[in-house]
Amino acid sequence: MTPVIRTIGLTKRFGPVSAVDDVNLEVHQGDVFGFLGPNGSGKTTTLRMVLGLVFATSGSIELLGASVPKHVNRVLPRVGALVEGPGFYPHLSARRNLALLDATGPGGARRSRQARIGEALERVGLARVARRPFKAFSTGMQQRLGLAAALLRPHDLLVLDEPTNGLDPRGMHDIRSLLGELSAEGTTIVLSSHLLGEVETICTRAAIVHRGRLLAQDRVERLLAPTGTVRITTDDPGAALRVLGESAGSHVLERERDCVTVRLNGTTPQELNRRLVVGGVAVGELVVERPKLEDVFLRLTERGGADVPR
Amino acid sequence: MFRVELRKLLLRPRTYVMCALLAGLPTIVAIFLKVSGIGPRAGAGPPFLSQVLNNGALFPVAALALILPVFLPIAVSVIAGDAIAGEASSGTLRYLLMRPVGRTKLLFVKLAIVTVFVFLAVIVVAGVGYVVGSTFFGIKPLPSVSGRTIAAQDATWRTFVTVVYIAVSMLGVASVGLFFSTVTDSSLGAALGALAALVTSQVLDLLVAAESVRPYLPTHYWLAFVDLFRYPVLWRNVVRGFAIQGLYVGIFLGLAWANFATKDIES
Repeated sequence: MTPVIRTIGLTKRFGPVSAVDDVNLEVHQGDVFGFLGPNGSGKTTTLRMVLGLVFATSGSIELLGASVPKHVNRVLPRVGALVEGPGFYPHLSARRNLALLDATGPGGARRSRQARIGEALERVGLARVARRPFKAFSTGMQQRLGLAAALLRPHDLLVLDEPTNGLDPRGMHDIRSLLGELSAEGTTIVLSSHLLGEVETICTRAAIVHRGRLLAQDRVERLLAPTGTVRITTDDPGAALRVLGESAGSHVLERERDCVTVRLNGTTPQELNRRLVVGGVAVGELVVERPKLEDVFLRLTERGGADVPR
Repeated sequence: MFRVELRKLLLRPRTYVMCALLAGLPTIVAIFLKVSGIGPRAGAGPPFLSQVLNNGALFPVAALALILPVFLPIAVSVIAGDAIAGEASSGTLRYLLMRPVGRTKLLFVKLAIVTVFVFLAVIVVAGVGYVVGSTFFGIKPLPSVSGRTIAAQDATWRTFVTVVYIAVSMLGVASVGLFFSTVTDSSLGAALGALAALVTSQVLDLLVAAESVRPYLPTHYWLAFVDLFRYPVLWRNVVRGFAIQGLYVGIFLGLAWANFATKDIES
């Protein structure tokens, strides 16, 4: 199956600065793809290149099977996008803005226009303020309208650059559940963000970029694979240590008042638990530790930062 | 695409404010002429203005001659300079291009819209000029510049060609504005760029030392429409005027295209 987005050796230089450096990105159909990186790490430039707005210095891009920028206009009708904030005419109403946008370019049947606009506004929760001019909107409302614009037509791919920017917690929650719905309907979603929690909760796959370089790209659960340590909570850590000391396959990293942290070394958490219980230790809790995306991110960006001279 | 851009033009209050301002200047001049009864001496001031007191039928053309050197090109520069840069600064350019709208097509449509605006403005000014002229000064058969009287229907087509000529005369400035509009994301900067080009042309046109380049300046033949009111019509400079505008449109639209088609859109 051809990937929805594939870049090979994608590089963009602005003078001596490499904004994007040899990035090989692969987004598959059905992914909710998180594109993670600090501000200024090259996320937006990469997305702009994929959408044909910025021309790559070298490397190749394939979007929905078409080579970019040469054939980008052939596949862009199948892509909905929100790049670096919404763009609308300030003096026109939300509804008028969407109508103008929908009438531009190929597709977008006129007969269904008002209905589709109504539906998109409903989905992002702006139906009641649709007659107000864009300039009267708050940042959050403007962001919602940008999303509505991306939802005007059914798309195979949605590219959303920091979609929850400027939204309050309520708005963030709304948008996340909206993205869940869209993904369930079969839309592939690429979501750039510097909010790790956001990617952790809604994405299936993620890429981490830093200073223009791709540091990791994998399924989110694989990026968050168990660290190999287990935390055991018990009333009698002494007994636990004794049992663990008698058996091979693990060694104790840390002991606290009512818990022990153990690194697994050839044994499984299940086996460990069995031994403890057989050895007479009452186990209150046995937790397989997983890194938070934040840890992965910090670990990778520190390493990635070290070998890039600045 | 053209229809959408036309709707954008017509939905902007700015379009109407500009037309009102453009029609306002000749109206003020007419009021002064009417109240004082003092016209400029023949040969001084904009063409035909000296004769307007006797014949209001000349006022539409005089009104156009009044706005032609400064007012109209300023309006055209503002609209043309805003064409691409305005979309860039409001953040709508990237969404237009992702619809997708081809970059070349967008440029042509934008130039077409500026042309529509020019025609709109020129027709409004000519129309208001006619109403004002006939109300204040009355309508009589036109004397031609050459002395013979021009018949009414003859005058109609001459006025019509004048409207077309003046509108086309603005296309050179419009393409310069459009070119600057692809270079910068600031509409104001692009408009000022076009105005600078315009002022340069007008200054050089007055400079005897620049004699050799004068026939190639975009503003040189602007007033050649006066020749349309001779008997018989003197086509030579009018045709040259059309040709020069075509040349400038070709050059600057080409430059705009070369720049815009390969430009990174970072707005």
